[in-house]
Amino acid sequence: MVETTTQKRQLRSNLSRVRGLGSTREGVHHWWAQRMSAVALLPLSMWFVYSLITLTGADYQSFHAWVSEFGNSVFLVLLIVTLFHHAQLGVTVVIEDYVHSEAVKMAMIMIVKYGSMLFMASSIFAVLKISLAG
Amino acid sequence: MVEFMLPKDARPTKGKTHPAPVGATNLRTFKIYRFDPDTGENPRIDTFQVDIDTCGPMVLDALVKIKDEMDSTLTFRRSCREGVCGSCAFNIDGTNTIACTKPIASISGDIKVYPLPHMPVIKDLVPDLSVPYAQYASIEPWLKSDTPPPTTAERLQSTDERAELDGMWECILCFCCQTSCPSYWWNGDRYLGPAILLQAYRWIADSRDEAAGERLDNVDDPFRLYRCHTIMNCTNTCPKSLNPGKAIAEIKTLLIKRR
Ligand code: SF4
Ligand code: SF4
Ligand code: FES
Repeated sequence: MVETTTQKRQLRSNLSRVRGLGSTREGVHHWWAQRMSAVALLPLSMWFVYSLITLTGADYQSFHAWVSEFGNSVFLVLLIVTLFHHAQLGVTVVIEDYVHSEAVKMAMIMIVKYGSMLFMASSIFAVLKISLAG
Repeated sequence: MVEFMLPKDARPTKGKTHPAPVGATNLRTFKIYRFDPDTGENPRIDTFQVDIDTCGPMVLDALVKIKDEMDSTLTFRRSCREGVCGSCAFNIDGTNTIACTKPIASISGDIKVYPLPHMPVIKDLVPDLSVPYAQYASIEPWLKSDTPPPTTAERLQSTDERAELDGMWECILCFCCQTSCPSYWWNGDRYLGPAILLQAYRWIADSRDEAAGERLDNVDDPFRLYRCHTIMNCTNTCPKSLNPGKAIAEIKTLLIKRR
């Protein structure tokens, strides 16, 4: 806890402090999104790992052909969206747990959210590029 | 940030040793956390050699004996000495539990008694619990009902409805679970903690209560409820064998159900 804020608020009652600014009434949304994306990731990552195994030892051309296949492109895009969304939700919780300075917390969460969007967009674009060109 | 080290002035030093009375043969060693805010000194760990032959069976019996016979300045809370008041909660042998139902014989080696973890210490084994008490008040732990009570009888509950409260009415608010939860250590100012959430669910689950929705609104918050990551320290440590982790999961389920 930051020393100065506790000092400033010393005469405020504990109940007032604990009630704070009230409930945000939106905790369940984040939690549910985390579970839903985890459930979706199960079959998606199983499919992905299975595909990689069947492609073991394949050359560049066959990988390229595999990605450009309609069904594979769709599943790859789904996997990319779900994976980065899920990762971003999880890392946000960890930051909220451990970083207590509001400014640092805000900055770190922004980096994580924008970073995941950047990775998501570039991965999707890479798939589309192969898939639409093929 | 999370604090992994105690501040310099809170690190315990080696304290005094109180030897056993002459002639005592059956001895157990107690290492007890001492802190006196008036001296300005660091906390210290005092050692007491207790004659077990003249001592009751529980850790609380030893603490009372030490206070009576060896060092009357030892400060701790206790009242019922039978596990119903929740006063005598300490960290004993590395685990939070209540001293009056913890047999000395169940511990091997030195018996370490510390205050409940991560709470400000008022003196010796007495932690400042005013924040958890305020958190308890914040969930409004009383029956809320717009329907007036029947004029001739109390508000009735079926046997099944009453059974919904089993595993919750037994809670003695000792805060063993609360202060064992890492999420509560890191974010105790905003996370309600297992004891309070168990109590919140106790009222949500009460068939006579008419404010379940309002109560759910009150906890639907990333910090108040969702700091719980199902670490389950709470359930492992509860001296009454209750399951706060499960109560929290029930609240989360209800929040999904009402979407
Ligand atoms: S749930 Fe158990 S450990 Fe937690 S306050 Fe109640 S009795 Fe104590
Ligand atoms: S289950 Fe939840 S409340 Fe219990 S110790 Fe873990 S994080 Fe804390
Ligand atoms: S003295 Fe009451 S619970 Fe231990």
